[in-house]
Amino acid sequence: MQKSWRRRFHLPAVIGTIPMILVAVGVFVIGIGFSVLWSFTSSKLFPTYDFVGLAQYRRLWADNRWLVSVNNIWFFGLMSITCNMVFGYLLAVFMDQRIRQEDLFRSIFLYPFAMSLIVTGLVWQWALDPNLGLQEALRNWGWSSFSFAPLVSAETALYALVVAGIWQGSGVTMAILLAGLRGIDEDIWKAARVDGIPTWRTHMSIVAPMMKGAFATAFVLQCVSVVRVYDLVIAMTGGGPGIATSMPAVYVIQLITVRQNVGQGMAAATMMLLPVLVVLAFSGILLWRRNRLREAGA
Amino acid sequence: MTAGQITAIQPVQEAPDQAGVAPFGPKPRRISAGRIGIYAFLVVAALFFLIPVYIMIVTSLKGMPEIRLGHLFNLPGEPTFQPWADAWRHACTGRDCNGLSPGFYNSVKITLPSVFISIICASINGYALTFWPYKGANLLFGLLVFGAFVPYQVVIYPLIIGLSSVGLFASLPGIIIVHTIFGMPILTLLFRNFYAAIPVELFKAARVDGAGFWRIFFHIMLPMSVPITVVAVILQVTGIWNDFLFGVVFAGRANWPMTVQLNNIVNTTTGVREYNVNMAATILTAAVPLLIYFISGRWFVRGIAAGAVKG
Repeated sequence: MQKSWRRRFHLPAVIGTIPMILVAVGVFVIGIGFSVLWSFTSSKLFPTYDFVGLAQYRRLWADNRWLVSVNNIWFFGLMSITCNMVFGYLLAVFMDQRIRQEDLFRSIFLYPFAMSLIVTGLVWQWALDPNLGLQEALRNWGWSSFSFAPLVSAETALYALVVAGIWQGSGVTMAILLAGLRGIDEDIWKAARVDGIPTWRTHMSIVAPMMKGAFATAFVLQCVSVVRVYDLVIAMTGGGPGIATSMPAVYVIQLITVRQNVGQGMAAATMMLLPVLVVLAFSGILLWRRNRLREAGA
Repeated sequence: MTAGQITAIQPVQEAPDQAGVAPFGPKPRRISAGRIGIYAFLVVAALFFLIPVYIMIVTSLKGMPEIRLGHLFNLPGEPTFQPWADAWRHACTGRDCNGLSPGFYNSVKITLPSVFISIICASINGYALTFWPYKGANLLFGLLVFGAFVPYQVVIYPLIIGLSSVGLFASLPGIIIVHTIFGMPILTLLFRNFYAAIPVELFKAARVDGAGFWRIFFHIMLPMSVPITVVAVILQVTGIWNDFLFGVVFAGRANWPMTVQLNNIVNTTTGVREYNVNMAATILTAAVPLLIYFISGRWFVRGIAAGAVKG
């Protein structure tokens, strides 16, 4: 009975999901298709269909600003995901020690995530401002040679972005990993303790591998936010000093708005899409193989 | 400094516990030095998270002369709420000096309909995908999930062109549509997972009684969806309120949300930088999502976790 209901074509179901059809097909297939298409044209302010082959991609990879952006996103991504994971895991482990005021600590660690990245960027812009922030405060306290102004220098501005990113996001990593830690059977801890394994060893060799799911969730969340990092850069550095903190997301928006070079902007956007596609295809294949193995096993 | 006191008291108070009654802790108990270390770490971490906002609050209550002295951490000598009033009504972006209040109302005008529409759409999607899957429905869902991972920059320009071809670019309906589009993947996932956990017998019984697609949705599923709707509302209100990119691109100058106005006020290059006004404006912008965060508590975490679960 149920099967026949499920398989039949129900008009109301289709009508009810018209928005989904429009979004899935219209935006995520046709829209992306047009973006890729325009990346092969010489579009300036408005899209044209004057195809120029790979010329936009050649110009893109010859553009120093784009090269800097790509380097930055790799550096920023690696640094902030690593730091976030390590710091988030440490916080989760310490939070899991049956501490008092757990809810208070949790609220403190997590509240930056509730705020806009614009707010985060501005907060840290001020905290690190050489005339106003930490440097000035410590000099006023008598440490007159103290020098700490990462945002002014092209070499260090990216580290400042990483710090702000950790401030905003590590609470979430903590929350996800803490949930993972709580899901681990107490007997594992007891067994490890009976065997005389030091706690840090238990964490590294037994508990962390068991929390694969939680780590994966936190990791995916981090990756998505790294690829999309835009607001933080705009608010904190505006891409500067110079182009030192430019990112692909910032680069694309600049090309299609300020610099009115849609063709090259779409080429850059397509380059942003590429790693996402590769990762999704890879995980899709993994998932498919696992399902097939499971079916074969059953 | 209550946290510091806790550090000191902790080992003593925990001592009776060490006898170990039934549901005793999962981890090996530490000696008191270890406990102190744990609290020291947590307190230092908490300071890292709190100090920037502490600086903002005290600075927003100071006058400019006091700020120029540079004692960043000091409490305000003569607390004044003038910067807050200025931020709300008089702060300038370029030539306009209307403060943040227009941005606040714009954000409300954008957020309320976007949240409502996106949640209605997503709940219908989730319901249809779970109980009425038609041919190709799962492919659509797969595309939608793919959309959750796509960098926004790939879709923004086609959307600009599409919306301006129907005259909705840089308008309030335009930005509402955009928020509905980008909220749909996560929300649909959320609702689909929720409905998938509902016993199918319930649905079958309603079908036997002759109820159709909409009737079952409005009379049975929707009333049951309160918890997941709360999660969705929290997720969407904070997400849309905090949005900057879509607001600046799609809303149009007249509808710029609070985040965009805030950035314009603060990062405007003309005139003297009024740090106290800027920080007050920043706190005002963060106030709505923070309020939701502190009221909703654990629901907020649940929303993040639910949003992060893969399909």
